[in-house]
Amino acid sequence: MREAEVLVIGAGPAGVMAAAAAAEQGRRVLLLDDNAAAGGQIWREGVAMPGEREDARRKAALGRLRESGAELLAGWRVFDAPAEGRLRAASATAAATFCYERLVLATGARERFLPFPGWTIPGVFGAGGLQALVKGGFPVEGKRVAVAGSGPLLLAVAAHLKLRGARITGVAEQAAFGRLLLFGASLMLYPAKLLEALRYRGALGAARYRTGCWPVAALGDSRLTGVRLTDGSKTWEEECELLACGFHLTPNTELAALLGCAFRQEFVEVNELQQTSIRNIYCAGEATEISGLEGALVQGEVAGLACAGRLEAARACNNRRRSTRSFARRLDAAFRLRSELRSLAVPQTIVCRCEDVTFAQLARYRTWTEAKLQARCGMGACQGRVCGPATQTIFGWKPGSVRPPLVPVPVSALCKDESTA
Amino acid sequence: MTYDVVILGAGIVGCACARECASAGLRTAVIERDLPGGATTAAGMGHLVAMDDSPSQLALTRYSRSLWQELEAELPPSVEYEARGTLWIAADEQEMAEVSAKQAAYVEAKVASTALDGAQVAEAEPNLRRGLAGGLLVPEDAVIYPPAAAAFFLEEAERRGAVLLRGKSAVSAGRGRVRLEDGTEIGCASIVAATGADKALLPWLPIQRRKGHLVITDRYPGFAHHQIIELGYLKSASELEADSVAFNLQPRRTGQLLIGSSRQYGSNDAGVEQEILRRMLERACEYMPGLAQTVAIRAWTGFRAATRDKLPLIGPVPGPVIDPAGDDPTLYLVIGFEGLGITNAPGAARLLVDQLAGRTPAIPVEPYLPVRASLWEPAHA
Amino acid sequence: MHEEMALFVNGRRVAVPQGAMVSSAFLIAGDPCRISTGGEPRTAMCGMGTCFECRAVVDGMPHTRTCQLPCRPGMKVETAG
Repeated sequence: MREAEVLVIGAGPAGVMAAAAAAEQGRRVLLLDDNAAAGGQIWREGVAMPGEREDARRKAALGRLRESGAELLAGWRVFDAPAEGRLRAASATAAATFCYERLVLATGARERFLPFPGWTIPGVFGAGGLQALVKGGFPVEGKRVAVAGSGPLLLAVAAHLKLRGARITGVAEQAAFGRLLLFGASLMLYPAKLLEALRYRGALGAARYRTGCWPVAALGDSRLTGVRLTDGSKTWEEECELLACGFHLTPNTELAALLGCAFRQEFVEVNELQQTSIRNIYCAGEATEISGLEGALVQGEVAGLACAGRLEAARACNNRRRSTRSFARRLDAAFRLRSELRSLAVPQTIVCRCEDVTFAQLARYRTWTEAKLQARCGMGACQGRVCGPATQTIFGWKPGSVRPPLVPVPVSALCKDESTA
Repeated sequence: MTYDVVILGAGIVGCACARECASAGLRTAVIERDLPGGATTAAGMGHLVAMDDSPSQLALTRYSRSLWQELEAELPPSVEYEARGTLWIAADEQEMAEVSAKQAAYVEAKVASTALDGAQVAEAEPNLRRGLAGGLLVPEDAVIYPPAAAAFFLEEAERRGAVLLRGKSAVSAGRGRVRLEDGTEIGCASIVAATGADKALLPWLPIQRRKGHLVITDRYPGFAHHQIIELGYLKSASELEADSVAFNLQPRRTGQLLIGSSRQYGSNDAGVEQEILRRMLERACEYMPGLAQTVAIRAWTGFRAATRDKLPLIGPVPGPVIDPAGDDPTLYLVIGFEGLGITNAPGAARLLVDQLAGRTPAIPVEPYLPVRASLWEPAHA
Repeated sequence: MHEEMALFVNGRRVAVPQGAMVSSAFLIAGDPCRISTGGEPRTAMCGMGTCFECRAVVDGMPHTRTCQLPCRPGMKVETAG
């Protein structure tokens, strides 16, 4: 059993800030993350590239974390909340109980994937997915890569892949130009964001960034050969070896749901101190709103300070916090999914990848639970993390209840502790 | 709107009753508040077992199992019917003595079984721990996937003219009238309560809710071959007060392993509870050490409906002693199957409709008539 | 270039950069991580441990997610299913 005054789940920017801020106030802080290192998706460490500069904010944040005295446990996944003030987590070789006085959920977001013909062919990845795999040592030098889907991540991914030597055939953003123009204009309010966007755009060089354009099929048999794109009136094909495709983000809220936190639509509801509906549980970062790095950083700071009882200092961040909240609203409006994306799947298209359940098999059911019970949709290892948001988009199905284990774990992890953390 | 029969509840029992009623030519409606086959039916293991904890239990489970066998050819693949057989395992010589008694009961009831020694058990299931005393194989027992079976019964019923009123909640039922939440009144000659462990509509039902947990793993094809149960299971199942666990493992057609079982009284919280889950899984790992390394992908709970004598209630309600509202000649019960609702669904449905239609049943119905409940002490909630 | 190490993907020796994840080793080898229940080849998709498409057999252990699992020299990994 491990004890902490403040237990932080997720070592992305929000979690790192929360852990550091609370530890700097003298609290005993434990920070758990299921990845091999801190940084989350945006600051994912990887196989180094000669000449690649470390992101300055990443360096500063991780440096601050190290100095703060917060303890990081990497490679641990939380799978149960068996009692008040307790979580259970598993690593590759052990399971343990973690006790807390205050808990910060900084579980972030994942990409939303939508099924379309061919999306299960090897060579089709998430957008952030391909970036993560490249950081994990998958070389893309000289490869033709198409980027498609939605969200600001597409540009960042394209720029990163290009830096790694990929030949970007183009970036297809489903959002209409008009919406993005409004968003772009609003970026004037956030100069740092604008600079970032322009820098990515510049790095793309000759590759086209098309708006109002989306993938309708990935082509190929056992290996990807191209992508079919449409702008709603005309349809064309582009050759590529890899397709990086994700439709913006969806929050990771399973743990918050298991703990019984209140929700505001799909997000965890928090007050101005990042406090959830449960007194000693806080939530920071993309599980509360999709507002990117800035939002995660300030929310993490607020949560960490609030956990340490420094309410004045936490409230002092309120202007920054409000500004990122308004950014989140603009982001959401700009990249809202167009209705055409709901009908990309054809009858034979697999929707649930774990159990190979097709669109045709699902179309006759009315609810997520019914589809799960009768067609095995969402019954596999990912526990509906991919097909859940997909069927929510396609059919409007609400997700079902959340139960432990939140992630697949060895049966031994559900038995008594084998060893301590 | 009038029907010959209105069935309350579209669990596997209600669905089987609907099919049986419609087949007998009765105009039938089924009322389901939520999802057909979505409550206790979806939570159960789907083990079709000849259970010998009493002669009457054995008579009903054997009869119902034979109806499943007759149905086998008609069942769609989604029902995943597999005659895997049950392997009851004896840990020591004392339990081996129970094997003999059990086998004698099966011989008496004409249920095929084979006694195995320790070596034969090890050969039949190499992943069981070494040194077990022996076991009893009941080869005709089978496994199914219950929600698909319930859907099959319901489709069959609808094909024969039965009507499903889905998403409808009954607020009162009795004396030939069922009233729905939306104000609709349905008249009928008979009301059949197949409400399982849900006492919301008929709170006087003499049943207790018994919570159970199950865990399913990822795919491990060939890890186990039979439904494997420790002989101590019968002790666990017949325990009327205390919480208990027993090793009960079922290999699914997918290669997944379904691990049970637990029994709890007095818990109305549907949440997965760490402590009883831990006890249940540690028990399973004692019998099959290799399970510890398998990956569990999901856990869930369900509520069984238990009666005082562990036999179901099938038939008319006997009067004011159990129903405070008094003698209601239109009301029938098909409830109280504890862990045997899946096994007993077709048999119970047949016995019910035999009574409704005045047919001669294939086995005596007396042991299951609700009238006996009038002798029970009031059930504590 | 980077320092490399080698592991075995479906019995073939595959060189990967230091710090590479096992999922990337499969991609470099051109082998799927798993064969789906319907018989399709699948490789890692989300790269961050949520989609479970990268499950493979790692040193004999089935159903191991490989996208967050660093390669170790001499590791034996196989396509699952």
